Amino acid sequence: MRRRDFVGLTGLAAGSLLLPSLPGMGGIFVEPEQLLDTIDPALKKRLADAALNAAKATGASYTDVRIGRYLNQYVFTREKQVQNIVSTESFGAGVRALVNGAWGFAATNTVTEAGLAEAARTAVAIAKANQKVQKTPVQLAPQKGYGEVSWKTPIERNFFEVPVKEKVDLLLAANGKALDNGASYVNSALFQVNEQKYFASTDGSYIDQDIHRIWPTFDVTVVDRTTGKFRSRGSMASPMGLGYEYLTPRASDKMAGPQGTSVIGYKQRYDMLEDAALAARQAKEKLTCKSVVPGKYDLVLDPSHLGLTIHESVGHPLELDRVLGYEANYAGTSFATLDWKAKGAPYGSKQVNIVADKLQPGSLGAVGYDDEGVKTKEWDLIKEGKLVDYQKIRDQAHILGQKESDGCCYADSWSSVQFQRMPNVSLRPGKDKLSVDEMISKVDKGIYIAGEGSYSIDQQRYNFQFGGKVFYAIEKGKIAGMLEDVAYQANTQEFWNSCAGSCDASDYRFLGTFFDGKGQPSQVSAVSHGSSTTRFNGVNVINTARKI
Amino acid sequence: MAILSKDEAQAILKKVLGFSTADECAAQLTGSTTGNIRYARNAVSTAGSSSNVSLGVEARFGKRSGVATCNQFDDATLRRCVQRAEEIARLAPEDPEYVPMLGPQQFLTPITYAASTAAISPDFRAQVAADSIALCEGRKLTAAGYLEDGPSFTAIRNSKGLEGYQQLTNLDFSVTVRTADGTGSGYAVGDFTDVTKFDTKAMTKRAADKAAGSVGAKAIEPGKYTVILEPAALVSDEGILNRLIYALDARSADEGRSFLSKKGGGNKLGEKMFDSRVTIYSDPLNTSAPGRVFDGDGLPVKPMTWIDKGVMKNMYYSRFWAEKNKKPATAFPSGFVMEGGTQSVEDLIKGTAKGILITRLWYIRDVDPQTLLVTGLTRDGTFYIENGKIKHPIKNMRFNESPVIMLNNIEAIGKPQRLGGNMVPPLKVRDFTFTSLSDAV
Repeated sequence: MRRRDFVGLTGLAAGSLLLPSLPGMGGIFVEPEQLLDTIDPALKKRLADAALNAAKATGASYTDVRIGRYLNQYVFTREKQVQNIVSTESFGAGVRALVNGAWGFAATNTVTEAGLAEAARTAVAIAKANQKVQKTPVQLAPQKGYGEVSWKTPIERNFFEVPVKEKVDLLLAANGKALDNGASYVNSALFQVNEQKYFASTDGSYIDQDIHRIWPTFDVTVVDRTTGKFRSRGSMASPMGLGYEYLTPRASDKMAGPQGTSVIGYKQRYDMLEDAALAARQAKEKLTCKSVVPGKYDLVLDPSHLGLTIHESVGHPLELDRVLGYEANYAGTSFATLDWKAKGAPYGSKQVNIVADKLQPGSLGAVGYDDEGVKTKEWDLIKEGKLVDYQKIRDQAHILGQKESDGCCYADSWSSVQFQRMPNVSLRPGKDKLSVDEMISKVDKGIYIAGEGSYSIDQQRYNFQFGGKVFYAIEKGKIAGMLEDVAYQANTQEFWNSCAGSCDASDYRFLGTFFDGKGQPSQVSAVSHGSSTTRFNGVNVINTARKI
Repeated sequence: MAILSKDEAQAILKKVLGFSTADECAAQLTGSTTGNIRYARNAVSTAGSSSNVSLGVEARFGKRSGVATCNQFDDATLRRCVQRAEEIARLAPEDPEYVPMLGPQQFLTPITYAASTAAISPDFRAQVAADSIALCEGRKLTAAGYLEDGPSFTAIRNSKGLEGYQQLTNLDFSVTVRTADGTGSGYAVGDFTDVTKFDTKAMTKRAADKAAGSVGAKAIEPGKYTVILEPAALVSDEGILNRLIYALDARSADEGRSFLSKKGGGNKLGEKMFDSRVTIYSDPLNTSAPGRVFDGDGLPVKPMTWIDKGVMKNMYYSRFWAEKNKKPATAFPSGFVMEGGTQSVEDLIKGTAKGILITRLWYIRDVDPQTLLVTGLTRDGTFYIENGKIKHPIKNMRFNESPVIMLNNIEAIGKPQRLGGNMVPPLKVRDFTFTSLSDAV
């Protein structure tokens, strides 16, 4: 979810009955204390077996079942008031069956042995109907059963154990900091997600997982009534795969931006009060700072910004289903086809090493097993600028002549069918010691950008345009004041080939997207992108100011 | 039980309100039965169906409010749902923007339901996919499409005597057709209340023609061009025109953070902001694109003109903001109608000396809320027009443009067509700003 969607959501929060219709917000209301109880795995195993047996009895060659309990709590505030507090639970099961090489899927919120068996039979019936139009039978990469195993996000503080009042007080205090520092308006929100997922398959896996994600965010606006101008600055917090401990600031997790800026970056802990105060001051400065002169600039991109560029120009084009044309009608296809890869053209410069994973601690993608029971791992996508692999799941591996899934299959609900989703996709930091100030000292004419802003990319991921939250001019190796109206336009390959290197691992941080959309009907997923501050040479920058 | 009749729904709501001890209580039931089929690479990839009913309860004690939801309907669950809403209400801080619940309202009689659409079967969906695929295979093209349909209902009731019920049916279909070598792509999209108005083959043919016709695209220099924007370019994929409609909020304008804010304070209500030919209104009884007759608050949706001959006639006032500013509250409509003429897209092309035909705009994102500047790209059929004819396909381009500027640069307005529950005419616009080329097909 991006800033605009967030603002839209906070606007809607006033009409609270509308909330259940929003993505990820549906379900049954539950009291906070109830959220702490998890369901006995032995009961879930019995329910899952009912589905597996029913599907097998009606002709399925492979079946998997996901019993999911999805708990969300969202808190919305603006200025000095609470707009809404929503706690929801969604509980049900989805069954996927393979019959003579065709998939069928059915879901039910009747979580009983009879209910699951019925869903399994429906999935088999749909698979049989789909056989008629199926041309190439589904081929699943072999997968060994893991038996009864479990995995939990290693959190320090479960957000459902934190009183709502503490959360409200934090958001209102952040709003207060923004207002004290010159904000005209401020919206803030806290999104907390807990997925309790049980996966079972006819391969012999029974996997119980407890996954936590959190996203504190805000948007600060400063209005100059006399000029009629307004500027906003959103939170620099990345959503994370952490518990409520993320909101307890820690000095060792703060990264001061380059000299001459007031930017502060955050690693595994976030200081919301500090960031809210800074946001108001920076938004105010944006009202009067210089408007950018369009032209070619060397860009120095902070991880809080670069993560989104990685997401759009590397993460999405290397999803194998897009590459093959399965997303042609909606999200689009990809320039990075199998033929394009075979030609061996460089995706980026030698400095570009991009890795996919579902393991990094604190990341949104971190889980023990994916939604088709594959243990998660790390693998290279781009090595020294060269494309070496894609993101693929069990029914795609054979297309690349590979024998195993990458473990990046995901469904956003028990009621959604699982499919290939982006894992964490990250740029490896530079091997040599290099600070951001050292990097900037070598730039003659450039722009330093922090925070994600406006973003748009074509359906094959060639041409993109990105804005940011704050922009600073770099002149002769030094930061030379704030800039506004900045957006850069580039072609994916030209951009990554202009990469002149990254700072070292001490600068490595995540940017996350909490509600990344894909598929029809659309499903959301959450994913992180790690990087250190990185330089790109000679990128085309446009001025976005207009008169209406 | 996903689709309840008016009597069934109101009986549940009456029971729910009966369980409440709050000062004010409102309840809403929504239900739907949805079926879908998705295909790509000329084969079905997924198909499914789902049905659900959910209840939302809002309880209020004074200015404190709480909401709870559930999707089981035995008495014990309903009672618990009401109790939870009341518990949250007791714990919640007072809402400084409290507005009392509405009393009884008069709603228009909705025309949003067609039995034909409610009766769609999985076999029908499979046939749609098969027909669309067959047409493309016959022309050595590749189809990727998505069909989603089904009936739904909404029922509301509160302790002040408000009562409402509406049934709806809808069918959404879209198809992207590509040439086997990936050098051409075309698109068609449509939505219908009544399935009998849906023609799979005609829509697929349109997309197929665009795909075949867009092979061999030439690059032209980015810059300002006269363009013909088809309805899909104006409202699908978070389109450029609905961006403007969604931004007509009075509160944001009064707070100084909207393109409708006035220097020195206040908003631009009553000001002429667009070309005189621009009139945009909403009407839930429009027979081509019928809409909802009440909103989430229970406010009646009535015919309303938003932009009248280029003048900002009405803005969206929430109940709180309306009361504070002594204005009538406005219900936000589920669709809009932009007035147009009688010309088809083909007629508009005939009347164009030099220009660009745009089938679809894609990945549209806000760049500057101050001017409503947005960016995005053309997609799935972009053609150069010369002397009233399509001369050749052109490569896709990125644009940076504001719908406010676009609606001031109008050359001609065509005949409105239904899209996304709206009636949208094709527009011919001068000086549309393209800023770079894209290699995407």
